[in-house]
Amino acid sequence: MNTGVHTGVNNAVEIRGLIKTYGETHAVAGVDLNVRTGEVFALLGPNGAGKTTTIEILEGYRDRDGGTVSVLGEDPSKAGLSWRNKIGIVLQSNNDAAEITVEEILNFFSDYYVNPRNVDEVINAVGLEEKRKARGRELSGGQRRRLDVALGILGNPELLFLDEPTTGFDPEARRAFWDLIRGLRADGTTILLTTHYLDEAEALADRVGVINHGRIIEVATPATLGGRDSAKVIVRWSENGSAQEERTDSPTEFLRSLGTRFTGEIPDLTVSRPTLEDIYISMIEGQG
Amino acid sequence: MNTFKIGVSRGNLEIRQFLRQRESVVFTLLFPVLLLLIFGSVFKNTIAPGVTFSQYFVAGMIASGLINTGFQQLAIMIPLERDDGTLKRLRGTPMPPTSYFIGKILSVLACMIVQIVLLLVVGALMFGVQLPTDLGRWVTFTWVTLLGITGSTLLGIAFSSVPRSGRGASAMVTPIVLVLQFISGVFFIFNQLPSWMQNVASIFPLKWLTQGMRSVFLPESFASQEVAKSWEHGRVALMLTIWIAIGLVLALKTFRWERSR
Repeated sequence: MNTGVHTGVNNAVEIRGLIKTYGETHAVAGVDLNVRTGEVFALLGPNGAGKTTTIEILEGYRDRDGGTVSVLGEDPSKAGLSWRNKIGIVLQSNNDAAEITVEEILNFFSDYYVNPRNVDEVINAVGLEEKRKARGRELSGGQRRRLDVALGILGNPELLFLDEPTTGFDPEARRAFWDLIRGLRADGTTILLTTHYLDEAEALADRVGVINHGRIIEVATPATLGGRDSAKVIVRWSENGSAQEERTDSPTEFLRSLGTRFTGEIPDLTVSRPTLEDIYISMIEGQG
Repeated sequence: MNTFKIGVSRGNLEIRQFLRQRESVVFTLLFPVLLLLIFGSVFKNTIAPGVTFSQYFVAGMIASGLINTGFQQLAIMIPLERDDGTLKRLRGTPMPPTSYFIGKILSVLACMIVQIVLLLVVGALMFGVQLPTDLGRWVTFTWVTLLGITGSTLLGIAFSSVPRSGRGASAMVTPIVLVLQFISGVFFIFNQLPSWMQNVASIFPLKWLTQGMRSVFLPESFASQEVAKSWEHGRVALMLTIWIAIGLVLALKTFRWERSR
């Protein structure tokens, strides 16, 4: 099993044997994980799997009960304000800044950073130009989320945490957000993201990690997770009025022989490999 | 230095937010003036030679204004900010925590100055309240106000950890302030209260603030009407300083950036 732990690589995040318990519950039960400098890493897992707890320990919000954690070379539970200057955080949900406008809060928050990005640039990057004079309470759910992201990237972070960043986005806004993340990655920002959207993980992540019951099940590229690259190809078609399905390792050969049984086109033909979501669901269900 | 600069920036932001919330502007700034108008118009009687109830009341309201803008405002606002994620977001930035508190102090200070000016103007124009003319009284006013605002702010920050949610904060804090106002010589004349009530009030800072403010705004002759037959400046300073120390220790020990769960 590959748990994504490499030594000797330059890692933005290194976690060894991380444990966090709430009463009797092991929210995080021995996580080992590396996030390499410059990559986009997506942490996937069902609600209550330990994603947010792990991320909040990395962000310095929570103490841990065991294990070692290094984020940009420092222990988050001891790191000071200069460390915070190098990280950007987008938390799960906020209702703050009800009475201040988008450009005001960004201007005020840029006072807190040593090397902040240009506020106009940030507003453009998240697509809030038309809402720059709107107060927090006047923003829609998706617009609020974009403001959260704007505040997260304002300080020019080396490492950006995104906890379910696109919840409430319409498809167009999500595409625009993906472009933004790709742009940050191209500039060298390391990004650790959690998401419930598997297509998002596939579109953005260099590597994904699946966490369940407080443990990492597997770390891999989206294309190879759960043996996806070697999984059987699914061929579906209609024959004699009913839907047919065949799982095969040699789809080309199968299609050639299938084609001989029809005079024209094969009705309702699809050829697909399992999606990241198929693989993910089978991994989580396999865990019970 | 940078901490202070960011604190000033926070103060600017806090004041803007405050002014945009109409309820808080009305409740915090105009409510005391409204009370002055009502009480001043109803109780026109003279309570001692050359002292009207409205004069007595203005001194008390300025003192309780320090509690309103500091303690009450912060003990209600901070739990709300804890609930809506303001504090958690700030904790995730390189903003020094001290700057947050500097911002709070500045916004409290701004509020308080506006409130004192409003009360004095209304009191002087409508109820014949006389502003002190000698320097000594303004010196007293300054140190009483500074000690009062410091203690009030620190106790507000400390008390902000008590309400379990932002919603419950107002219901918890407002009655405390109201009861203190009743027993500390704001709505009633202190020397007419039962002595057990006077004794209870003497534990808390508002009684000492009202007494300090009376020594600023009432004639010297009124000192003999006080329970101790004097303004007791030494004890006023001592009691307020003790409450500052209590507030500081509690604020440092109990402050939380996130709601408990």
